[in-house]
Amino acid sequence: MTALQEAAPRPREGVRREALYFAVRNGKLLTGFGVVAVLLLAGLMGPLLTDVPPNQYGPRPMSPPSAEHWFGTTTFGQDVFTQFVHGLRSTFLVGAIGGGVAAVIGMFVGFVAGYRGGLVDEILSMLTNIVLVIPALAVLLIINAYLGLRSVALQGLFIGLTQWPWAARAIRAQTFSLRSREFVDLARMSGSGTLRIISREVAPNMSSYLFMTFILLFGGSILIASSLDFIGLGPTDAVSLGLMLQNATQWSALQLGMWWWFVPPGAAITAVVGALYVANVGLDEVFNPKLREL
Amino acid sequence: MRRYFFRKLLVYGLTFFVAVTVNWMIPRFMPGDPVAGMVARANVTQPQAVAAMRAYYTELFGFDRPLWQQYVNFWGAMLRGDFGLSIWLFPTPVSTVIGNAVPYTLALVVPSVLLSWVVGNWFGAYAARRRALDNTVLPVGYILTATPYMWLAVLLAWGLGVVAGWFPVAGGYSFALQPTWSATFLLNLVHHWTLPFLSLFLVALGGWAIGMRNMIIYELESDYANYLSALGAPARLIRRYAFRNAVLPQITGLALQLGVIVAGALVTEIVFAYPGLGSLILKAIQNQDFFLLQGTFLFIVLGVLIANFIIDIVYVVVDPRTRAGMAGANA
Repeated sequence: MTALQEAAPRPREGVRREALYFAVRNGKLLTGFGVVAVLLLAGLMGPLLTDVPPNQYGPRPMSPPSAEHWFGTTTFGQDVFTQFVHGLRSTFLVGAIGGGVAAVIGMFVGFVAGYRGGLVDEILSMLTNIVLVIPALAVLLIINAYLGLRSVALQGLFIGLTQWPWAARAIRAQTFSLRSREFVDLARMSGSGTLRIISREVAPNMSSYLFMTFILLFGGSILIASSLDFIGLGPTDAVSLGLMLQNATQWSALQLGMWWWFVPPGAAITAVVGALYVANVGLDEVFNPKLREL
Repeated sequence: MRRYFFRKLLVYGLTFFVAVTVNWMIPRFMPGDPVAGMVARANVTQPQAVAAMRAYYTELFGFDRPLWQQYVNFWGAMLRGDFGLSIWLFPTPVSTVIGNAVPYTLALVVPSVLLSWVVGNWFGAYAARRRALDNTVLPVGYILTATPYMWLAVLLAWGLGVVAGWFPVAGGYSFALQPTWSATFLLNLVHHWTLPFLSLFLVALGGWAIGMRNMIIYELESDYANYLSALGAPARLIRRYAFRNAVLPQITGLALQLGVIVAGALVTEIVFAYPGLGSLILKAIQNQDFFLLQGTFLFIVLGVLIANFIIDIVYVVVDPRTRAGMAGANA
């Protein structure tokens, strides 16, 4: 046993170093995370640069992009750039909360169902399948309309509550394949509890998979949130990119040709989600030796 | 196979049960008094009128009866097709309002889902392992799947509708026309349908192409593909076998994506003011028409469940293993 424990840390460190070696050489990963980092920085720093509240009416409505208003102004003279950077913040926040909540529930359900098996698995899988089939946006519409949830955090929470099933299914399948491996048997024989085996033996061996699942949930949450905002159930305490799109179409930006109002928010959502997807493919190549391009 | 369908139907039945229960619970257990909320929204000030409205709404929801009876009554009314009266189009029954909108949504969703699936799979399979094509299909595919449905709709409406003037950007047909089966009207319908269809089709296309490309690459690396090529089988034949195997997960994927696609259709309809369920939802929210919202919700859930079941049947037809009862256990 002692020899095993001494030998154990070295390969793990080796794996990490190897992953890092391929990570910094992977174009997809770097581009993806680079785009996300730039937009995240814009969301974090942008609001600090402009001290104007995002919804404040200005004196020069409907003006195209200029040196003073980088992204132009809305029908009400609001500065589109200010709204844009504030909106980016909400987008990242909703993605982090929604993706985080969904990942935690999905991991819990997936690990327990996959590791325990039997009746527990039957019940949890049934629950997963039920939530999976119900169209998420329809449920969120009803909940939001009745409860009047109008903060970014609560929106993210409820999105997370509807997004977890596919993650749970995927994690369950992975856990299922790991649970009969020798090292898990060894841990079980040495008397470790379920929780300890899951957190020490099962989860670390699929950590890359879990991280990639979180990234996909993050992107999915952003897309769902933007749809909700667009239908008119967006946050009232903040600006979001979906809300900007909603306002632009509601106040006929299309017919008036005010492209600077509706192009940036949609482009930003596409860029964030698309970059996350591409980064995910890059991560897959880093962690999965079969896919590496040398 | 019987077991497979039994399990599927059980899940769908339970799902419908859960959806109806949620629908019943939310107005009753939300914080605050729903009746007071609805009366307040009506902006009536006369005390008699307020009292009359209170009585009307209490009676309508049956709040004065025990909870279990309210629940049973709710199911009873629903099974009779009674979803209440729409407030937005008072006094039209909600079922009629929805019935008028459903054909438009179906006409939009069904062709765009099927066509994007077929074309996407074809593109993806063709691009896999062809470097030059792969390098263009892959980035375009990722951009398309990451695009919010309403944004592409807005861009198309602006570019092809407002700027180029090729297509109308609002409504299901011109308001100057009366709905008839004449050629002019049908042509007008198609003209209004084109842009919403195109935008739904394009966003969904990217995902299918990427999925198929990845599956084909995975299949081409599998043992049977290696074995076939070692035997000297032509590449075309190997690709055909790979395609057949790769289509199966794509069918499952179609079932999983239905919710997302329906959500996309709703927001796309809103952009184009297309008179389907999406526009109904918008009107219901703007007019605080909760009966209409709840009715639409149930209708969407029911539609997705039926579509899921159809996909299950297709899966059994396509995959012989389910018929032999092998894959039923983990379905």
